[in-house]
This record gives sequence, C-alpha cells and structure tokens, in this order.
Amino acid sequence: MKLKSSIMMICAALSVAACTNPARFGGADGATDPLANSGGVVPGSASDPASPAYFQQAVGDRVLFAVDQSTLTPEGRATLDGQAVWLLQNADFTAVIEGHADEQGTREYNLALGARRADAARAYLVGQGVQSSRLQVVSFGKERPIEVCSEEACYAKNRRAVTVLAGGLTS
Amino acid sequence: MMVRALFLILMCLIPAWALAQNGPLRIEITEGVIEPLPVAIPDLVLEGGAAGDLGQRIARVVAEDLTGTGLFREIPSSAFISQVSDFAAPVQYADWKAINAQALVAGAVSVNGDQISVKFRLYDVFSGAELGEGLQLAGTTDGWRRIAHKMADVVYSRITGETGYFDSRVVFVSETGPKDSRRKRLAVMDYDGANVQYLTGSEDIVLAPRFSVAGDRVLYTSYETGFPRIYVLDVGSVQRRVLESQQGTMSFAPRFAPNGQTVVYSLTQGANTDIWAMNVASGQSQRLTSTPAIETAPSFSPDGGQIVFESDRSGTQQLYVMPAGGGEARRISFGEGRYGTPVWSPRGDLIAFTKQSKGRFHIGVMRTDGSEERLLTASFLDEGPTWSPNGRVIMFARETQGAAGRSTLYSVDITGRNLRPVRTPDGGSDPSWGPLQR
Repeated sequence: MKLKSSIMMICAALSVAACTNPARFGGADGATDPLANSGGVVPGSASDPASPAYFQQAVGDRVLFAVDQSTLTPEGRATLDGQAVWLLQNADFTAVIEGHADEQGTREYNLALGARRADAARAYLVGQGVQSSRLQVVSFGKERPIEVCSEEACYAKNRRAVTVLAGGLTS
Repeated sequence: MMVRALFLILMCLIPAWALAQNGPLRIEITEGVIEPLPVAIPDLVLEGGAAGDLGQRIARVVAEDLTGTGLFREIPSSAFISQVSDFAAPVQYADWKAINAQALVAGAVSVNGDQISVKFRLYDVFSGAELGEGLQLAGTTDGWRRIAHKMADVVYSRITGETGYFDSRVVFVSETGPKDSRRKRLAVMDYDGANVQYLTGSEDIVLAPRFSVAGDRVLYTSYETGFPRIYVLDVGSVQRRVLESQQGTMSFAPRFAPNGQTVVYSLTQGANTDIWAMNVASGQSQRLTSTPAIETAPSFSPDGGQIVFESDRSGTQQLYVMPAGGGEARRISFGEGRYGTPVWSPRGDLIAFTKQSKGRFHIGVMRTDGSEERLLTASFLDEGPTWSPNGRVIMFARETQGAAGRSTLYSVDITGRNLRPVRTPDGGSDPSWGPLQR
C-alpha cells in the first residue's frame, strides 16, 4: 500500500491595503468644519451652532434603546427631532447612522439588531424631512462598545444609534 | 507572499516480526469513556542526520494530541523499564505490561538535509502484537509537527475506530487589546494553537471567517470599506476579493455549501436581515427568506440539501431548518431561552448552537429535528461553535466578564467532557475548523 499526496500549507505574509474608514469608532471626532459664520463664537467649536461639535454635544448625537429593542423611546425621538432640525439647517452635511448592541447576544444577531436600531433612527429623521440620500446606516453589532463593564449601567449606553456627521458637501 | 509546500509520504512498513492483527485494544468513544487508556510514547529513536531533539519533540506532540482527547493517559518515561533504543529490535512486552501500558507508540526519525523521515509502530501490549502495520512518513523538516499529528491521527483511529482530527487547521479571529478598542486580525493555526499565521492586518474589524469544506478558501466579513462586506480569500495564494457589495446594504455571516460553489449569507436592507445564496463564480444571488424578522447564521447540512439558521420570527431567536433552495422552514428549537449560531455537524446527525438562558450562555448540541438537546458548557459568554472534522469535538469562543474581559478559544467533547482552552498566543474568537489535511 502506498499513499502519496502533497499538501499546501499556508504561510501568510500578507499585506493588507490600508483603507480609509471614516466611521470606525462610536463617536464623531468633532473634526473642525470651516463654516466661518462667526459672531463671537469660535468657528468649529461647540459654541458654533453650525459645527459638528455642537451637533454632538448640544443637539445630542445618539439615542439609546431598551434590551433587544429597536423602538425609539420618547427621549430618543426628542433627540432625533433636534437632529432633524439641525440637519435641515445645515444641508451641507451627510451622516452615517451607526447602530450598536450590548454584549449580551450572539455576534450575527447583534449585527442585525444594530441595523434595526440605526434604521429606526434613519426612518425617523426622514419622517422629519431629512433627505434620505443624506443618510446612510451601518451596524457594528457588539464590536464597538463605548463602555466596558458587564453591567446594565454600561449596556444601556452601548445599545445606541449614533448619528455621525460625514463632512460638508461643499466648502 | 510565500507558500510553503510540504510533501508527506505515507507508506506501510513491512511487518517486522509479528503479523498485524486486530487485538482487543479498543476505545468505544460512544460508550462514555471514564478511564483513559494508558499509553507509553517513548522519544523517537534517532536513526541518522541532524535530528537534534526532534525525536523528543515529535513524541511530545503525539502525546499531547492523544492525551488532549481525554481518552488517553500518558505513562511518564520515568516509569519505563525498557527503553526503545533500536526501532528494529523486538519489543519487550513484559516490561511495558509491568507498568500497565496498554498501548506503546514506538518510532524512529532521521533527517537528511531539509527532509525528515519518521517510522513508527503501534503495539497492543496486552495482546503482545502490533496493532496495524508500521508506517513511514516523510516530509520537510519544518513540517515535523504535521508528521507528529499524522502519527497521532493513526493511533487515535486504530484504537477508537474513528477518523482522527489532529492534522487539521483552524481559521479564527485573533483578538488583542481592551474591549473598547479591540484589534482583530484574521489568523489560521494548527488545531492545537501552534503555527499561528496572520491573514489580515488589524486596521479593520474582521468577523467570523469560515473555511470551505475542502479547506482551500475562507469566507469572512470585513469593515474595510466602513461597511460590513463579505470577502473570499484563497488560502494558497492569500489573494482575496469582495463577494457581495450592493450599495446601501450590509452583508455578513457567510458560509460555503459543501460543493464549494454556493455561499449562503445574511444581507441587511434597511431594518431587515434575510438569508441569501450566491453562486461564487457568477455572482448571481437569490433570496432564501423573506420575513421582516432577523434571519442569519445559515449553515448547510453536509449533503447540501438543507440549511439550518436562526430567526426571531417567533419573537425570540430560534433555530429553523429549510430546503437549500429556500421555502418553508421548520422550527426545531423549543427549549427555554434563545438559540443562535447553529452549525450542522460533519456527520450530519447533530446541530451545535449557542444558547442564552437566564443570563448565561451555553454551547449545546441537538439532533437535527431538535430532539435530545444537551448543553455542553455554561459561562458568562460562550459563543460560535465549530466542529472537528470527525464530529467528536467542538471548538468555540469564551469571553470573560467585565472591563478586563478577554476572548479565548476552547474545545469540548460532544459528551460535554474535556473542556480545555486552546493555546493561542493572543485572544481568539469565531473559530472555523477546517478538514483533516491530506
């Protein structure tokens, strides 16, 4: 009896092309926007109502969800009302809405659940008059928690949909 | 990029002094082994060339493979009365019987340049005879671990009557860093955690790699465009390409059909996630489910005829089976709690899954009609089972609780025994066990 065969083994020295990836982490980084409509305020700072920083901090860039739910809460709808007003006033901006889940759940399910949350926020903004072409959604499932404890206090903050502004269309 | 080739020649040695015969040395795995079988595995005899300590290293890997199954117990060399110093000399059965070694694995190794040759025989000590014929394995010296795994596969197979699983590889996600900035890389390793090689960088999130049945390709999900997309990677050339990239959608949870030509996966459009199938060559896709529920984690039966998947169409995550072409799905999970990530066993008889119940996670198995559910593990977070090629062992990921939480790969027998961590250099998740190599 003779058995002969050949095997390929993997030896991976592989380079992966670096990619631009505008929205990898939970919060926007508050990149300055050159909307120079000053009047005592520092353009781009949180005191500039046309700045992403203002959107993030004063308007509120995120809404939270109950366990395994994607229904908007009254607080969430109020935040999105503010987001819609801001987006209608600052028509140069587009946004990616990121859906997230807490760690209590399997990876695939949480990806789909995060998509439901992001889409709930998107649909609400569109209902308030924001052009749907300005909004994209993505889910990170449980891959990008902002709080790391394994308690409800952290989970509650991780179950979120974050509206991340993606730069102005012009200027 | 480089590809290393290893050539193994497996040939029978002429039986030396005893006719090969099937003695009573036998482990029936299905009968629930409690007492591991005592085995002696002396260092391989050095028969020429610069073999260094390879005789010892090969014996150690064989011993770790066998004892790692929980079915064997190694007798330490300090207890040996006889030493095997000449591979061709008759075995002193009485000396091995005296230390209660029921099986003896004796071998010899020689090295010539970058080539290694190993001969070995398996003895049934109490019958005083060889179990099966002697074998010779040859290959490149840097592939010595594979030769050891092949030896162990032969021993395991002859004693249990089951196919082995030691000469196999696992593709997984290597994880480093804290929970809120975890870096993930696609990696492939030997089943025991040795020879880890990275297939991607850690710039982008990568998820859930899945081997093809032949082990030649890997499907995975990457965020390199900012959105989850499915890629297919050729293991030999390490070339990859995006498989599914419809604008405005997300795609994830891919798995090959047994024929390697079809891929099933989840596609999310708006709030809705359904299961689709795609022909890899043509890129043509077809929708297999169409409820407003979350449908994901599809896995083919080994005959390719059916797909098991999870859906929350009933209100919570449960397992369903449908024909491979789509159509009516039958719910198979009815226990308390939520069921996800079903994976059909390579034997076709069982489905492994992740279960969440009362704040705990479990890896479990059930028959394909949902009967005879058995939970094999319990912890804060166990997830993502994958089957050994012979369907006897399940590997999965366990994440520990809290801010310092870390994900580690574990394996467990389908009996629920022999839970043990896989020794990877970093954390790991999402394992996918490839086939037994040839």
